[in-house]
Amino acid sequence: MNIFDMAYEYRNFFFAGLKYTLLLAVLGVFFGFVLGIIVALLRMSKWRVLRFISTAWVEFLRGTPMLVQLFLIHYGLTELGLEFTPIQSGAITLTINSSAYLAEIFRAGIQGVDRGQVEAARSLGMKQGMTMRYIVLPQALKNVLPAIGNEFITIIKESSIVSMIGVADLFFQAKTITTITYEGLTPYVIIALMYFVLTFTLSKLLGILERRLSTDDHR
Amino acid sequence: MITVKNLQKHFGKLEILKGIDLEIKKGEVVVVIGPSGSGKSTFLRCLNLLEEPTGGEITFEGQSITAKKHDINQTREKMGMVFQQFNLFPHMSVLQNITLAPLKVKKQQAAEAEKIAVDLLRTVGLEDKRDAYPAQLSGGQKQRIAIARALAMQPHVMLFDEPTSALDPEMVGEVLEVMKKLAEQGMTMVIVTHEMGFAREVGDRILFMDGGYIVEQGTPAEVFGNPQHARTQDFLSKVL
Repeated sequence: MNIFDMAYEYRNFFFAGLKYTLLLAVLGVFFGFVLGIIVALLRMSKWRVLRFISTAWVEFLRGTPMLVQLFLIHYGLTELGLEFTPIQSGAITLTINSSAYLAEIFRAGIQGVDRGQVEAARSLGMKQGMTMRYIVLPQALKNVLPAIGNEFITIIKESSIVSMIGVADLFFQAKTITTITYEGLTPYVIIALMYFVLTFTLSKLLGILERRLSTDDHR
Repeated sequence: MITVKNLQKHFGKLEILKGIDLEIKKGEVVVVIGPSGSGKSTFLRCLNLLEEPTGGEITFEGQSITAKKHDINQTREKMGMVFQQFNLFPHMSVLQNITLAPLKVKKQQAAEAEKIAVDLLRTVGLEDKRDAYPAQLSGGQKQRIAIARALAMQPHVMLFDEPTSALDPEMVGEVLEVMKKLAEQGMTMVIVTHEMGFAREVGDRILFMDGGYIVEQGTPAEVFGNPQHARTQDFLSKVL
């Protein structure tokens, strides 16, 4: 069967898979982003306990395979009475995993903002939280936008591991089609192209955002 | 207006300020001069607690701002500060730079904050730059905007930390001109500077600092014309 026939004949499989891949990627990116900022701020907290917890969080999640994390959450936590659906487990794993990487990116961004910016804001009577929100974070995020983009692309690609616990994402559907048709190549070529379209589109969109933000400092 | 008693600041073992006593009156223009490393910038930064003093007491308008329970943010609203490196917010337009703190800290209405900002831009001669971004401005223009930004909070005192040291020589004049105008309007000012001509012309009182102490102080005529202390004489002979 040629690639176009297969893409057409099994379009429902591919679209169903795309739906889950997109859903998980969006959830992972969004919650990973929010949690990543929180973890980054905790890592710079003045309280040692918070620093320790957030550092341990980052080190553990970066230092262990995401597949292991996925199984720990999906099967491991069941033993402790916490049961999640495969989608929930997938979303949680992608969120916490990306939060660790994003936290490091944000921390580098925040620490890269000139100290004078904070001093100027504080000297105007702005409180610490206000200074972070209006002065430091906007500049930090702008500076690390390319690195954030990389992490988003990684999340889209890595989301394929959720097929291991039975989420019917793109990768899962390709496997299913292989089982039905005995075609080992074409289904994977098709999903590879689909993943590529997703990540390439995202990287172009981020490029546009980056250019728009940098119009602030055209000289 | 500001009373400083036995102010000390140590960085680890390094003693930067070894006991400063000073009284600044309302409307007074105090200029701090002295060699590099004498502690003049640290002293200025202690006044609004950008540096936390190791010892001593600072009182501002009758309130001890070094007291543990004092909310420094309230005091900082009334103390404008201008930095050597300008520290404008690069991601905001000139107008946003000036109105941010009035809007967020003082909770001014947008129209009111903008009106004050435009008036201040006129005062510093940059009303045509309201929508420009800091990267599009020259050093002198940036510093004038920074002064306007500090003034927008309607402070009771202005602190200047070497405001012209990072400027190209031809831009020093325009910044000093704005500061002079401010002094003439009766603003209380504390200025750390290397511009001796300006210090002499605008200062009501000159402080000479060296080695973490105020070595000598007096009117410009006294300090520049007839310095008493050997270290003051030595310093002035090198810079004048």
